[in-house]
Amino acid sequence: MKFWYHLCMAAMLLGASPALAQSPLRIVTPFEIASLEPSRSGFVFTRMEVTETLVGADDEGRPVPGLSTAWTLSDDRLTWRFTLRAGAKFHDDTPVTAEIVSQCLQRARTKPGPLAEVPLTEIRAVAPDVVEIRTATPFIALPAFLAEASTQILAPSSYDETGAVRRIIGSGPYRITSLEPPLRFEVERFDGWTGGPKPAIKRAIYQAVGRKETRALMAESGQADLAFALDPAGTDRLRRAPNVAVTTKSIPRVITLKLNAHLPAFADVRVRRALSLAIDREGIAKAILRSPAAAATQFFPPTMGGWHVSTLAPLRHDVAEARRLLAEAGWVPDAQGRLMKDGKPLHATLRSYAVRPELPVVAAAIQASARDIGIDLDIAMMNSSDIPAGHRDGTLDMGLIARNFSLVPDPIGTLLADFGPNGGDWGAMGWSSSQLTEALQALQQTDVPETRAALRRRVLEILQTELPVIPVAWYDLRVAAAKRLGGVSVDPYELSYRISRMRWAD
Amino acid sequence: MGRLVAILGQRLVQAVTVAFVVSLLCFALAQLLPGDQALQIAQRRYGDDRVTTAAAEAVRAELGLERPLALQLIDWMGRTVSGDLGRSLVSGAPVWEEIRDQLGATLALAGAALGLALLLGPVFGALAGLRPGGLADRAGMAAAAAFRAVPNFVVGLLLMVGCTVLFGWLPVGDSRGWLSLLLPALTLGLGLAATSARIARDGVVAALRSPFFAFARMKGLSRAEAILRHVPRNAAVPLIAYLAVSFAFLIEGVVVVEEIFAWPGIGHALTHAIEGRDVPMIQGTALMLSLLLVLLNALTDLALLLVDPRRRA
Repeated sequence: MKFWYHLCMAAMLLGASPALAQSPLRIVTPFEIASLEPSRSGFVFTRMEVTETLVGADDEGRPVPGLSTAWTLSDDRLTWRFTLRAGAKFHDDTPVTAEIVSQCLQRARTKPGPLAEVPLTEIRAVAPDVVEIRTATPFIALPAFLAEASTQILAPSSYDETGAVRRIIGSGPYRITSLEPPLRFEVERFDGWTGGPKPAIKRAIYQAVGRKETRALMAESGQADLAFALDPAGTDRLRRAPNVAVTTKSIPRVITLKLNAHLPAFADVRVRRALSLAIDREGIAKAILRSPAAAATQFFPPTMGGWHVSTLAPLRHDVAEARRLLAEAGWVPDAQGRLMKDGKPLHATLRSYAVRPELPVVAAAIQASARDIGIDLDIAMMNSSDIPAGHRDGTLDMGLIARNFSLVPDPIGTLLADFGPNGGDWGAMGWSSSQLTEALQALQQTDVPETRAALRRRVLEILQTELPVIPVAWYDLRVAAAKRLGGVSVDPYELSYRISRMRWAD
Repeated sequence: MGRLVAILGQRLVQAVTVAFVVSLLCFALAQLLPGDQALQIAQRRYGDDRVTTAAAEAVRAELGLERPLALQLIDWMGRTVSGDLGRSLVSGAPVWEEIRDQLGATLALAGAALGLALLLGPVFGALAGLRPGGLADRAGMAAAAAFRAVPNFVVGLLLMVGCTVLFGWLPVGDSRGWLSLLLPALTLGLGLAATSARIARDGVVAALRSPFFAFARMKGLSRAEAILRHVPRNAAVPLIAYLAVSFAFLIEGVVVVEEIFAWPGIGHALTHAIEGRDVPMIQGTALMLSLLLVLLNALTDLALLLVDPRRRA
């Protein structure tokens, strides 16, 4: 049908213009709908509030009610019970039941995603509105894992007879009225939603626009009411536009330098520290990222509450100290200033990828900083998947990446994957610390706030001292919003676009 | 009639050959791309943040990527001959299902671009050719050179700034309604119009300087009558021949323009399929584009046959 529609469009050049209907909220983002499968592009539907997860997260990453309004943990910390929201129903008017929720979660377990990392033993409905989840060992961060998009709850009518998702029938405040993957879908308010006050925005359009320049121009021209993931240069121009407000929010994504500690040079912590000291983070943050506050002084930004320790000694820029550490490690500059040891130069290839446009420029800045202290770096721009590929086959020397620590709202999920005993595809390589592993495991087992704070500090101290991965800059999410739109707030964990909290100002 | 059948037969053989060669090339080139195919598919499926070696291994097992390459190719060719292009390795949807809608969007865009190019190029070219060396000729040819030289993505962004940001005339980033089609079609069409204007101009100049035009004037026809009777048809021959070549430019252009304007066409799909090493999608989209090219060339031959009686001999 759409084929003929598009085919006829050229012939419609002389036709009448489409009637203007009531203006919907128009959201543009770079994220395409590659599939309806929750583990793939499911995040698009949770962000648009079409589907819900059992749990949400506040701006500090703390779990808040989602489709589940309350949860309890047994004394042995192995059994969780989630109570579903009273009166919750899907967009096809069927009720959300514990049985359906447990089936969705069991399905999510079998797919790639954070839930597969949780030591689950059982998921079952113990009452029409209560889901019980058991873990083999205490896993305090479970609610955060249940906020991740791949655990979204879909109505049984979403699946075909083979179990593949064919439609998105969720339970959120908005339901889909038209779906045109991979770029667009439209939603309207679902009046049967019982999760909060009736949203003011009645209709919204999701549009994936790959080019950041196009997104910025759409925001500037008023053709997008909310434009996400803008680049620093684009936002400079947008700030001067009279009808647009630009919000910059630090998010738990960190530009990091992954080092292969199997290599003799990077196995030496003094070399890793020297490299860290050579990096001019403030210069990178100011000149490249145009956000002076983005210079990483430790792993996580201050917006991450408990995961930012203000008393931790900050990462700094000190070339003299870097040179001293390298000399102490036995690296001596030759006549051209290149560091040599046992007749071999300190040379490495830095892999990165251009999907995030700032990474190649940051890589060049790091290359220049490294050259200052005698480290010879080549840059190889590749596909992002070449980082885990190089990790696996051992060919990666260094990787510059933009790591997302909010795959689940508690960074522990990503830390466990990145800094486990065997390292991680995006994390440590050839480095492990039993103390770190113990601290991360202990964090899973205690819910005492003071103990958790001390353990988090311990984790961060180890990472800051050992630098198996070097933090370079914290990431800013830049969002342009039309000034006629009220109630705009940016979710640092990118779980939701929060349409239901917005309203038209006029 | 005999000539017509010969042309169609020739193009049919060409279509089969092109389909075979394109399939082989796409398959071979996709295999030659650097990196691990399973990881790249996993990256497209789950995103940069979620791609792990474990996810890649699951993809490898699911899709049988460890099978010998020759076996994978034979499988694909067997399916294609029976009309099945397979399933996208990224989305899991049938390739034809994905291509069907995107092909329509691309045809709409290419058709509109071609329409605009034909509307603008020959008209301005003919006007310039009627007074060679005049102001209209020099200005028109300078503009044509500029539009041909500037890359599509620059033209697109400039049109967006002008028509959307400054004046708010036209929408961007939408694929619904004819207004949304105008900017991408203009972006694509201006380059084509520029070259076709030059060719039309040269064709008109050549016709005006030809012996048959001088003879027509000698017969007593006025300049206007002689132009109307003899110039358009003669000037059209090189223009139509150029259009056959320009289809390749058009198809190359849609890849860029669809990306800039978020137009859900086959060029956009091809770009993403290459990024994700989605071999069936690469093969399917490339196959469709190449068959389209053969079809358009056949139509060009027929058009030339229609306007040029010498070819019917």
